[in-house]
Amino acid sequence: MTLPATPRILVVAVAALLALSGCATTTDTAAPEATTTAAASLTIADPWVKSAETGMSATFGTLENASDTDITVVSAESSAATMIELHETVEDDSGAMVMQQIEGGFIVPANGSYELAPGANHLMLMGLTAPLVAGVDSTFTLTLSDGSTFEFTAPAKDYSGANESYEETEK
Amino acid sequence: MSGDQQASAGRRLSRRHLLLGGASAGIGAVGALGIDLATKAGPTAVAEPLNGTQTVPFYGVHQAGIDTVPQSNASLIALDLVPGTDAAALRRLLKILTSDAARLSQGEAALADSEPELAVAPARLTVTFGFGPGLVALAGGAAPSWLRPLPAFGIDRLDPAWADGDLLLQIAADDALTVAHATRMLLKDSRSFSTVRWVQTGFRRAPGSVKPGTTMRNLFGQVDGTVNFVPGTPDFERLVWGHAGNPAWLHGGTGFVLRRVAMQLDKWDKLDRAGREASVGRTLSNGAPLTGVNETDEPDFDAKTAIGFPVIPEFSHLRRARSENPDERILRRGYNYDDLPTAGSVSNSGLLFVTFQADVDAQFVPIQRRLDALDLLNEWTTPIGSAVFAIPPGCAAGGYIGDTLF
Repeated sequence: MTLPATPRILVVAVAALLALSGCATTTDTAAPEATTTAAASLTIADPWVKSAETGMSATFGTLENASDTDITVVSAESSAATMIELHETVEDDSGAMVMQQIEGGFIVPANGSYELAPGANHLMLMGLTAPLVAGVDSTFTLTLSDGSTFEFTAPAKDYSGANESYEETEK
Repeated sequence: MSGDQQASAGRRLSRRHLLLGGASAGIGAVGALGIDLATKAGPTAVAEPLNGTQTVPFYGVHQAGIDTVPQSNASLIALDLVPGTDAAALRRLLKILTSDAARLSQGEAALADSEPELAVAPARLTVTFGFGPGLVALAGGAAPSWLRPLPAFGIDRLDPAWADGDLLLQIAADDALTVAHATRMLLKDSRSFSTVRWVQTGFRRAPGSVKPGTTMRNLFGQVDGTVNFVPGTPDFERLVWGHAGNPAWLHGGTGFVLRRVAMQLDKWDKLDRAGREASVGRTLSNGAPLTGVNETDEPDFDAKTAIGFPVIPEFSHLRRARSENPDERILRRGYNYDDLPTAGSVSNSGLLFVTFQADVDAQFVPIQRRLDALDLLNEWTTPIGSAVFAIPPGCAAGGYIGDTLF
């Protein structure tokens, strides 16, 4: 068969990619046992906390679910704050983007990810127990809908953004 | 095209794809790559990696940016720790900066990076950290005996604005935008711990302009840096990475000197070509010693002219810089600078003379003393800045630069 060089490279490239994703699938065939908790399939990439002296702050990162079932984060706690809420960004009646507590928790899709980022979903820290200075590590515990818990550590970083306003009346 | 060649092309593509965006981008990205490829000539075009995708490992026994082939652009930055900084705060600073450097050098955005798109072309980015005496004392470490300002030299006209500091960042890459972004990220993360004391930026030829391995030229047009250590050789191991008399926390590290050397281009313009070559003892065309043909030829200091004068003059930089003592040698890793002219002038140019050596007092100072006593090149050059730092060893993943100090 004679083909011009370029299309052939394309075919090879796509095949290589398919082979890659094939590999990923085979590692997943170690299917979670019935006894495996949701926490065992959850990881977080690049977690960090916005530094703050007092009051409020927020934690960010990308939650990743390696299982074939959605994972729901229902609550979070940390010794760094007296209360943590799961927040989302929504547009209020005046068209402004505001943060508010999310109904039903963070749902990390099966074999997918859920991003916590400035200006979007995040863990809202209220009542900081000590100054969260840059470089200090804080530990967080997420409780999932099956009752299992997932713990991670995040460093504080100075960050000038994430200054969103908050809905004053919580639902 | 054989099957092997096809497989090889596929591997390169997928590797490049992973570098660019991660597997999750999926088939759409392959489509985009395909369009890109279709505009190129064929398989050979695929094989050439972009300069921007090149990376230098961050973690290791030694810090990167020392035995790394010099990148085209560098920013040298000295920070002063704010008063009241304690050892715990210093550790936090070093951890944050290590994280930033490790990620950015591999083409990953730093944590809390507001411009993550600027991180995707690392272009051999390295960030090399150096510690001044104040930082070492704050950490409670023993300082090497040479970690102090160099002795005063007669030729010096030092401006305190270019001197000393607590923490050195040498940020270098083959792309000025990459250097700028890394600098921005590191300085943002340093801001609550320190203030900027000085910033000195420098450059060499852009990647691809000349054959790799070509010795740099300075703004006098001279080939600058011919005799240098080669990484992996016994000389490099001993005179750069050697322990010398250094404290244990510094083993795997080395010593750093930056001399900011102003070059009077207007005065240099008045000198003819023969005078320029005599001042250094090398030809301008290829940097060969005046007694040789090729750049790497050994100079013959005994050779005489027809009327009995040395071919390589007694006052020449080449002759004066060289020592009989093989221990008095340094690794040179300099950069040109060409800053905004001051009022009434058309140039403000010179050399960031960056050197690495295990023992500054034993290796650097004797050379500088000889050049201070006699070097015709001093007629056109003036040291205006001077700084000495200890370069701690590299770190392992999970560690941080400076962790041997605490």
